[in-house]
Amino acid sequence: MARKILTEHINVPGIETFDVYRKHGGYTAVEKVIKTMTPEEVVEEAKKSGVRGRGGAGFPMGMKWGFLAKPEGVPRYLVCNADESEPGTFKDHHLMKSIPHLLIEGMIVSSFALGANKSFIYVRGELMYVIRILEKAIEEAKAKGFLGKNILGSGYDLELVVQPGGGAYICGEETALLESLEGKRGNPRNKPPFPAVKGLYQSPTVVNNVESISNMPWIINNGGDAYAAIGIGRSTGTKLISASGHIRKPGVYEIELGVSVDEFLNSDEYCGGIRDGHYLKALVAGGSSVPILPAHLITKTANGEDRLMSYESLSDGSFATGTMLGSGGFIVFDETACIVRNTWNFSRFYHHESCGQCSPCREGTGWMEKVLHRIEHGHGNMHDIDLLVDISKKIEGNTICPLGDAAAWPVASAIRHFRDEFVWHITHPHEASQPGAVYRDAVLA
Amino acid sequence: MEEVKPQLIKITFDGIEVEVAPGTTIMQAARKIAEADESQAGLVPPAMCYYKPLPSSGGKCRACLVRVAQGSAKDPRPMPKLVPSCITQVQEGMVVENTTNDAVLETRKSIVEFLLINHPLDCPICDQAGECHLQDFAFEHGSAKTRYEEERRTFDKIDIGPNIQLHMTRCILCYRCVYTADQITNKREHGVMGRGDAAEISTYISNAIDNEFSGNVIDVCPVGALTDKTFRFKNRVWFSKPEDAHCECDKCSGKAIVWYRGDEVIRVTARKNVWGEVNEFICNTCRFDRKKTSDWVLEGPTKVKRSSVISANKYRANLVPKPDFAMKLAATQFKPIDDSRPYVTDTETIREQSIENNDKANHRSLLSQNN
Ligand SMILES: Cc1cc2nc3c(=O)[nH]c(=O)nc-3n(C[C@H](O)[C@H](O)[C@H](O)COP(=O)(O)O)c2cc1C
Ligand code: SF4
Ligand code: SF4
Ligand code: FES
Repeated sequence: MARKILTEHINVPGIETFDVYRKHGGYTAVEKVIKTMTPEEVVEEAKKSGVRGRGGAGFPMGMKWGFLAKPEGVPRYLVCNADESEPGTFKDHHLMKSIPHLLIEGMIVSSFALGANKSFIYVRGELMYVIRILEKAIEEAKAKGFLGKNILGSGYDLELVVQPGGGAYICGEETALLESLEGKRGNPRNKPPFPAVKGLYQSPTVVNNVESISNMPWIINNGGDAYAAIGIGRSTGTKLISASGHIRKPGVYEIELGVSVDEFLNSDEYCGGIRDGHYLKALVAGGSSVPILPAHLITKTANGEDRLMSYESLSDGSFATGTMLGSGGFIVFDETACIVRNTWNFSRFYHHESCGQCSPCREGTGWMEKVLHRIEHGHGNMHDIDLLVDISKKIEGNTICPLGDAAAWPVASAIRHFRDEFVWHITHPHEASQPGAVYRDAVLA
Repeated sequence: MEEVKPQLIKITFDGIEVEVAPGTTIMQAARKIAEADESQAGLVPPAMCYYKPLPSSGGKCRACLVRVAQGSAKDPRPMPKLVPSCITQVQEGMVVENTTNDAVLETRKSIVEFLLINHPLDCPICDQAGECHLQDFAFEHGSAKTRYEEERRTFDKIDIGPNIQLHMTRCILCYRCVYTADQITNKREHGVMGRGDAAEISTYISNAIDNEFSGNVIDVCPVGALTDKTFRFKNRVWFSKPEDAHCECDKCSGKAIVWYRGDEVIRVTARKNVWGEVNEFICNTCRFDRKKTSDWVLEGPTKVKRSSVISANKYRANLVPKPDFAMKLAATQFKPIDDSRPYVTDTETIREQSIENNDKANHRSLLSQNN
């Protein structure tokens, strides 16, 4: 069994309560930092651990903390991004509802490190029941003196606020989240200035994902070096993977970074392989925003090495033959899945979720969706394929926030690897538009 | 007291060196070049959302994207992506490429395309035609053909109070009117609702923005999305004659432009600078109610850019020289017409050709119905 950092106690009955969590080693990290460490030392442990942001971009957390501006007399904020709305990603949800105190403890430790006296957890609005669970956990921690004024008699104050989002994917983008938290329309901001300099209420702010922050208690208890010893290369520690699609055992798994994709996909400890009688066709490895991979590039990289579940290995070959670990939304497709239909479906999502501020994303996402809809429904033209590639190129890199890129990549990669399937939809409009119709080809076997 | 001069920053923009104060944006540096030498006006990146008088405007339309080939003297690395020149501040030794970079021009062309795919292209019946920044932008940077074959998004027209009409279908979501409204009222009544290409400007469920300065949203709007109802369908702008005029006004500066058709004042607008930005907001009384010559003291014909259709050759004496780029554009794009085709007189051939053309047209419309 692989080592578990986040989910070790997740199945213990009653772990959502303070007492059970405490009995299993909970809140020792808070005691340790408050009683024996300086904020700088906590930041140092985060740096040593090498833990990278689990929200998608994979930016080293300790380094991000190091960038936080510290002007005199200006408050600093920590904001936890619990807006999790990326299709295929459902790990934060699982963590918060099952073991809420882990996040609360991580928030206390991290807020202490950053010198924040008021921190926020921004939870997607659809998860009202999770918000209640978190609020209850906060109340418990407060009652036991781990939160609120003068924590454990140290003089350090921390108020933790849970804020429900309004139900928009874009509010997961960190600056849109800050706007929304300020009570405004959730439009991403232009950067610079970055949140580390001007974030919430124009004050220095760190935004981190639920899973990133939840690693902190373990890092404090065991040391950054111990964390860095787990994993492979610059992909340290463990990662929660939300596995879905045509596999035997969908669910949330904690893996040590560096296990092979083959093992993750096929071993009984994890996904358990493709469902019976079917075979692997494609994989979206890190949530809907990352490039899709065809069967022959999933377990091996283009130069024949084993593909591993790590930031580096998944992006081996860049976008030509690789993808990204992203937020860990592992969506598996067998041969019954229609790539064109799936690409249209993703595209529809981004069209629906674009905030509409910048022209390439606002207009381009809708355009791509409409063209894909046409192709899927048997009204495509051959020139539509190159048109889609061109639109995706014109969006990519030219927008305010990465949602534009996230909308462009799935389309560009689907055409890159499955162009013949698009061609078939256009040359066989009648067959392709039948419900459940799928292009089958020898290459897939 | 001795005057402390701020250290100036030197940058290179399209090969031209310019010195500006720290904190200046690339866009403002480029405008400075053009203000010193009008023949360089074509170098200035187009702005569809940025509007200097409105703090926090800009960064949205991406029309002004440029390439930074060298970040600064200290850190000469190029910036990885194209950057919005309207909000990116200059650094000492920065090297910027605008018209000299093909990727920039190609991207700009695509921005035109994006802005037009959902635009109704109803210029023939739009009051803004002739002074529309989207028309200028499309003419200067776009391509003549469209690749868009899908349905365009549409909205119903709505009235914002008695004098302003919103044609959301024409809106490019530049947010200028939103920032204007934020400036003149703190009630956040005028804003954006909805997302993506379904986002719309809205005055919280059609409330009229009840403010003495609300009419200024008409002037800041780059397109015909916000128009003056008292001017609706009165005239094409190029048939009207703008005169600078002022009046004694207790609400605003009273400095305006009065637009004539013959002897009749058909509309009043604020004055704008060479970049199409309003100099001073005017009040609704000046704009909507002072429609008689006797309300105004006339100062003389308004300076109009030669490249603007409003000039229509009427104001020779006051012409601003034609920017160089328009000539260059003409030289590259206008080809002599190839008329070596045989001149057909035979009625039978003409009939056949016309049937063939009709078939093609029918076929195309059938195709689009099927889609
Ligand atoms: C459109 C969009 C949606 C995002 N949604 C989320 C999200 O739901 N949760 C999250 O943690 N990060 C999300 N991110 C990433 C955040 O912007 C940000 O990088 C992250 O919260 C930083 O935390 P980390 O460094 O711990 O990963 C999103 C980014 C984009 C562009
Ligand atoms: S890229 Fe899309 S979602 Fe992001 S700011 Fe622009 S329009 Fe909004
Ligand atoms: S109505 Fe006009 S000013 Fe307002 S956002 Fe639309 S285009 Fe811009
Ligand atoms: S003018 Fe710069 S982005 Fe619109």
